[in-house]
This record gives sequence, C-alpha cells and structure tokens, in this order.
Amino acid sequence: MRSRRLTGLVGVAVALTLVLAACGGDDDGGQGGASFAEGSTMAKLQSAGKVTVGTKFDQPLFGLKNLEGKPEGFDVEIAKIIADEMGIKADNIEWVETVSANREPFIQQGKVDYVVATYTINDKRKKVIDFAGPYYVAGQDIMVKKGNPLGIKGPEDLSGKKVCSVTGSTPAENIRTKYPQAKLTEFDVYSKCAEALKNGQVDAVTTDNVILLGLISKDQETFELVGKPFTEEPYGIGVKKGDDQFRTFINDVLDKTKSDGRWQQAWDATAGKVATQDATQPPVDRY
Amino acid sequence: MDAVLDNLDAYRQGFVTTLTLTVIASALALVLGTLLAAMRVSPIPTLRGAGTTYVAIVRNTPLTVVFFFVVFVLPQLDISLSFFVFAVIAVTFYHAAFFCEVVRSGINSVAAGQAEAARSIGLTFTQSLRLVILPQAFRTVIPPLISVVIALTKNTSIAAAFGVIELTAIGTRLANANGDAVIPLLAGVAVCYLVITLPSGWLAGRLERRLAVAR
Repeated sequence: MRSRRLTGLVGVAVALTLVLAACGGDDDGGQGGASFAEGSTMAKLQSAGKVTVGTKFDQPLFGLKNLEGKPEGFDVEIAKIIADEMGIKADNIEWVETVSANREPFIQQGKVDYVVATYTINDKRKKVIDFAGPYYVAGQDIMVKKGNPLGIKGPEDLSGKKVCSVTGSTPAENIRTKYPQAKLTEFDVYSKCAEALKNGQVDAVTTDNVILLGLISKDQETFELVGKPFTEEPYGIGVKKGDDQFRTFINDVLDKTKSDGRWQQAWDATAGKVATQDATQPPVDRY
Repeated sequence: MDAVLDNLDAYRQGFVTTLTLTVIASALALVLGTLLAAMRVSPIPTLRGAGTTYVAIVRNTPLTVVFFFVVFVLPQLDISLSFFVFAVIAVTFYHAAFFCEVVRSGINSVAAGQAEAARSIGLTFTQSLRLVILPQAFRTVIPPLISVVIALTKNTSIAAAFGVIELTAIGTRLANANGDAVIPLLAGVAVCYLVITLPSGWLAGRLERRLAVAR
C-alpha cells in the first residue's frame, strides 16, 4: 500500500515538474544576440532568457562568493561571456555551487546548463560529460612557508615531508600515485591546508598554481610559491554529454574572446592581479 | 558497480579507519561520560557544577567547531599529534557529554532505596556508585547508549574534513577520481556505515533482553 502511494506521489511530482518546465519555456526572454538553430541548447536558453551555471564558491580568484552573495573570479567572468553571447545578462545567471564531487552529477541531471569551476579536462570525466575549451592551462605547484625553510624546490623534495591537498582532487591523486614517498594529508578545503601549514602541522601545500596564488594573496607574510609547475591542468567547461552543438558554440565563443581581447580583460581583472607570470589563452581542443 | 569492485582495497582502508576511530572513541567517551555522570550526581557542589558546565558547553557546540578547536587551536599551544589522534580527541570529548546524560538518567532510574541501603551498610559514595548503582543503571540504558554509539559512528565522518582518511574521505576521493560512477561509489560508502551501525542496533536488542533487570 505504502509503496503504491509513494509511486503516486512521485508521479504527481514528475507531472508537476513537466508542467512547470513547459510554463518556463513560454517565458519571452530573448534579448538579442545571435540566432541559433531551432531546438539547440543555445536557442532554448536564449528564449528562456536565463541560464544556470555551476561554479566554485570557495576558490579565490576563480569562483569566490563575495559578501553580497555573488560569485566573482576568472571562471565567473568566462561564464558571463558565454551567457552574454546567447543574449543573457549577467543578472539573469543563476549561480549554483559545484564542488569537485558533484560536478558530473549536476551536469548529467541537468541541474546546471554548464560548469566553469577549475574543472580539469580528463578522459574519465569525458566518459560522462563533454568539455569545451580549455580556456586556461594551470599547473600543479607547491606552496611553502615564507623563506622556504625546508628548501623544497619541486615534488621530488617532498619525500618524507608532510604535504597537504584536498581530498580526492587531481593534485592529491598526482602526489599519491607519482610521489608516494610524500606523506599526504587531506582536508576538505584548501583554506584548512593553509592553516595547517601556518601551524607547522604540514610542510607544504600542493595544488594548481593559480589556486595557491589565491591563498598567498591573502597572506603574503606567511606563504610563498615554489613557482615551478610540474603538471598541465587544462581547465574546461563542462556540458551535457553529446550536446555537440552547445560545445561547438562555446568553443567558438572562446575563439572569439581570444581575438577580441575579452579573455585577457577577464584575466587581468581577476587572477591576473596576483599572477606572477603573464597568461595566454590556450587553443581550444575540438575533439 | 565495477568502480566499486575495483576499489575494494580503498574501501577496506576507509572502513578500518572508521571502525578503529569508532571503537576507540566510543570506549574513551563511555569512560569519560561515566566519570562526568558520577560528578553530576556527587555530593560535592564543585564537581557537580563542573560536570554540568561541561555538558552544557560541549553538548551544545557543533562537532565541526569542536574539531576546529582540537585540530587548529591545540597545535598553537604546542600540542602536536597526528590528525587521527586529534579526531579521537574531538569525537571523544563531544560524545562524552551525551554518554554522561544517558548514564545519569540510568543512575536516576535506580530506586533511591538502593543508594540509601548502600550508604547505610557503610559503603562510601564511590563504592555505592561502583558496586550498587552503576551496575543497575547501565542495564536500563543499553538502548540509548547504543543510540549514542551509532550517532558517534556516523559523526566520525566529520574527521574526513580534518585530515583523516576514513570512509567519507575515501568516498570523496573515489567519486572525484571516477566521475562516471559517483552514485554507486557513494552508495558503497553508505553500505560500509550500515555494516557498522546495523549490527550495533541488533547487539543492543540482544544485550537488552539478556541483561534486563527483573522488577
């Protein structure tokens, strides 16, 4: 009996969702922009006049929620450029926090239309979602205490040292598999790694250089960057698997931002402020 | 499903860490909680006050905050231990407050005549508590004691955010490394927790029947 009632409830919920979705589609938005092929994701988003974007809320310089509750950073700027190309204003973007563990499910379930969240392109992820881009190539680097008291010059020097990263992140896996002599400590966020480094509970923090720069920018008295990236982490924009039209569209947008300088503008306004080296936009990979 | 089977070794590592943390912290918290309960029913006002204050403060603070204090404040006092030991400390101190209240309610359920009789044959307060009251008290509070143990088991997951690679941390790690199988991998983690918590409940039922006080 009980399960039948549950089934009924689910049915009602599904029907409601469908009705609501249909209503949502009728909204007249479409404030200009290019015209897109009928039925494409771009056309749908354009006529809805709004878009849901997944980004990080706790990543300084890339996606960090400010005190007004709006995220800001390089990822956020890239997401805005893409929305703008579909005629959607920045105010009509709904930001959803995506953390490392929920990015794929959110894309698969359609909870977000695309994800710009320091999202490294790799083959495993490509099995369930598709990537446009890359729009930036980061590299894994090491952050140590100011003055580098232990003389850590690269990942080889980490053996026997306590190194901190975020549970399950690509850099943590790198250390675990390629430098197993290093003693890996894992927290859920990088700010805790920074705190542990400050307290002397760990000897180094490792992740993508730009993320470390964000941590250093907050406390330049205490931390410094080793400054020798030892991996390449191409950041891509996650879209639903098989939506090649949408992926090609985003890739076209990224090509455009390269020539018209909007990429450089976005970089200079965000991560470029603390980056020690000049950055250039990588070519997109139309696989 | 393949993703789960491919990573059984990682699951085992996380499971063992969670189980070790649970067992050590439960044992220590039960001892500390019993001491606190004894303080709260003792005839000395200072001890009573101290016990009450401890329970009031610790029980009403989120465990995450307790973890923050233990993991990041103790090192500033030059106490440096492994993150696992820090986790044991945080989980123990937090749950001792809950154990204390359970044991105290058990003590209160023992008829006052028992304590009076114990004192009248010349037992000291400690003796009457240890030999007469607590053995009866524990029997009546087995179900709530196990409830606290089950809550403790699940609360150890907070250690994942503080440098301990236990089940939840393994789940996060696997989910991140295998974006194509997030749901089965996390379901696997849930099953591992059930393997610890379900038998605890079953054990509680058995113990309760075996040790019930005939009244």
